Amino acid sequence: MEKLLRVDNLTKVFSLGSVLSRIRITAVDHVSFHINPGEIFALAGESGCGKTTAAKMILGFEKPTSGDIVHKGKRGEKSTNEKVWFTEGVQAIFQDPFGTFNPLRIVDRYFFETIHNYGLAGSREEAIALIEEKLHAVGLNYEEFSGRYPSEFSGGQLQRISIARALLTDPVLLIADEPVSMVDASLRMSIVNLFKKLRDESGVSVLYITHDLATAYYVSDRIAIMFRGHIVEMGPVEDVLMNPKHPYTTLLRESVPEADPTKRWSERISLTELEHEEYLRQGCKYAGRCPHATDICMSEVPKDVYVGNVFVKCHKYSGDATPSAVV
Amino acid sequence: MNTPILRTEELKAYYVLDLHGTQKVVKAVDEVSLEIRENEVYGIAGESGCGKTTLLKTLVASIEPPLRLIGGKVYYRVTDLDGIDLTTISPSSSPGAEGDRWWTSGEVDVSSLSPETKRRLRWEYISYVPQGSMSVLNPVTKVKETYRDFIRSHASGKTRKEAFELAKEQITELGLPLKTLDAYPHQLSGGMRQRVTIALAALLNPRVIVCDEPTTALDVVVQRGVVQLLKDIQAKLNNTIVVVTHDMGVQANIADRVGIMYAGKIVEESTTERIYGNPAHPYTQYLINSLPRFGDKTTRESVPGSPPSLADLPGGCPFHPRCPYALDICGEQMPSFTRLEPNHRVACWLVGEGEDGKTA
Repeated sequence: MEKLLRVDNLTKVFSLGSVLSRIRITAVDHVSFHINPGEIFALAGESGCGKTTAAKMILGFEKPTSGDIVHKGKRGEKSTNEKVWFTEGVQAIFQDPFGTFNPLRIVDRYFFETIHNYGLAGSREEAIALIEEKLHAVGLNYEEFSGRYPSEFSGGQLQRISIARALLTDPVLLIADEPVSMVDASLRMSIVNLFKKLRDESGVSVLYITHDLATAYYVSDRIAIMFRGHIVEMGPVEDVLMNPKHPYTTLLRESVPEADPTKRWSERISLTELEHEEYLRQGCKYAGRCPHATDICMSEVPKDVYVGNVFVKCHKYSGDATPSAVV
Repeated sequence: MNTPILRTEELKAYYVLDLHGTQKVVKAVDEVSLEIRENEVYGIAGESGCGKTTLLKTLVASIEPPLRLIGGKVYYRVTDLDGIDLTTISPSSSPGAEGDRWWTSGEVDVSSLSPETKRRLRWEYISYVPQGSMSVLNPVTKVKETYRDFIRSHASGKTRKEAFELAKEQITELGLPLKTLDAYPHQLSGGMRQRVTIALAALLNPRVIVCDEPTTALDVVVQRGVVQLLKDIQAKLNNTIVVVTHDMGVQANIADRVGIMYAGKIVEESTTERIYGNPAHPYTQYLINSLPRFGDKTTRESVPGSPPSLADLPGGCPFHPRCPYALDICGEQMPSFTRLEPNHRVACWLVGEGEDGKTA
């Protein structure tokens, strides 16, 4: 099966500080993954793990330091035509629904603008019919939508409008960066269910970037856990989250507060390391907090290995597994 | 059951806005009667725009226009043990015919206190950690200077050195790294700043600490650190912590009792076990059942519709336009509380007619 999107050894290095005391932070460090047609792929991790930088590079907002982004077999970044072809197939949904829209512009204008830019309709009637169809797909109707300002909608509604706009070009892939973190708790599931519906009914793939493992488990097919620029574990969501292999995945999974007062946290955790200290660490970036850390973890970056069908980047597994070269 | 330390009686706090001659009234807190007890963690849950933050502001008596206290009372139970000299607490109005009203059986009506007394009670008796409190630290001074300012304004007579000693002692006790004291706020991560702010709020051993969304916008692991810190403080001071958050997972982890707020009213209140095990109000049921759980991929449904505007509330029960079980009466009359258990009250017509006094 042809991969919808393939990311190969994607790397982004940021330089901080002045000319004399420069530190280089590798925000995304040789990250490789792919997305199949009709699947929801979650990229999960804490803030500062590089997941948003990865998304920005895929969308072309940041230039990768090295690495390839291949969409349907083509690298869509060279000419303007290729960019249009790329963005027609890959659309973005952003975190803050209130920040996505200009408060002084009626929301319709964004839709007409997108239709105009991609030449999606020949007349105003056609355009309205298209908008109606897409709004219907996200559970809104044109009458309650047209001519209104962003402030007249709730966060959940705005996020759905944002998704409807992204759907105008009939994309094959949606890149959703933290799409529910700013939406009310009571309305979150309506957005997440919408992604499921789009996948099941229209075969749209979603790159779901989130820090919320519970919704990631609920909605996605495969998941990658990122930590300080590396993917530390990747595989089918059932395997990764129900039976975590990397110690960091275990910590994340246990730190999700469960809505059950009988399952309170009993173990204590320690939080002392600063973010960029971890970025600059030699060897495994997680070694400073890892309960299983040994000498080799401090000095050598772990190899990529497969345990069953799960990708893990940890020295614990490097002895008894097949190297990643086979895949 | 512990004695109540903080009590509200039919509290009403509205935002009154004057827009080109027409008055707009936002009923952010509407007839809320609460009893928060000693030595407990009380959680208030509800979606954004339901009045949670306004309720907290009235609890800590930080009411500024356009917010107005329309009716009701907030009482604090202050005892000599709290280290506050009761003789210095004085009502704002001169004692007269109503002079004894502000002081009944150890309870103080907060609205009758003078601004100076309120200022003293703040931090020493009740601390408030506002939302987004990672940005409250002064960006141009080191954290230890903030500590010193804080100590100086409330515990006068301490030298610079003594103040630092106190700060160091507290930071170590709460398990935060000592180097945070010598850092500027921008050098600390959001989670660390949040924890420093909470530590600062607990510095003068207040009887009540009120936290507004302490874990929102933090990563899960850091969130867990904040919950751990709040639990540590509560265990150390044996005081009361009021936690407002929309995150039902965090509530389940920290709260002893939970009140569910919807459109300015408390609609259900019980122990955490009962709220999660036996939710009675349809809104609570939606809130809890919509949460995804590990190992269970069955479809979850959000609450239908959108939250109402507090400036234009539907009549009767404010939830009825979204409620799939709404009866005719729901659109006409707000139900009063029905007590399902001594510890469990709910305001819903489906559950009962309500025999527990007035609506809240």
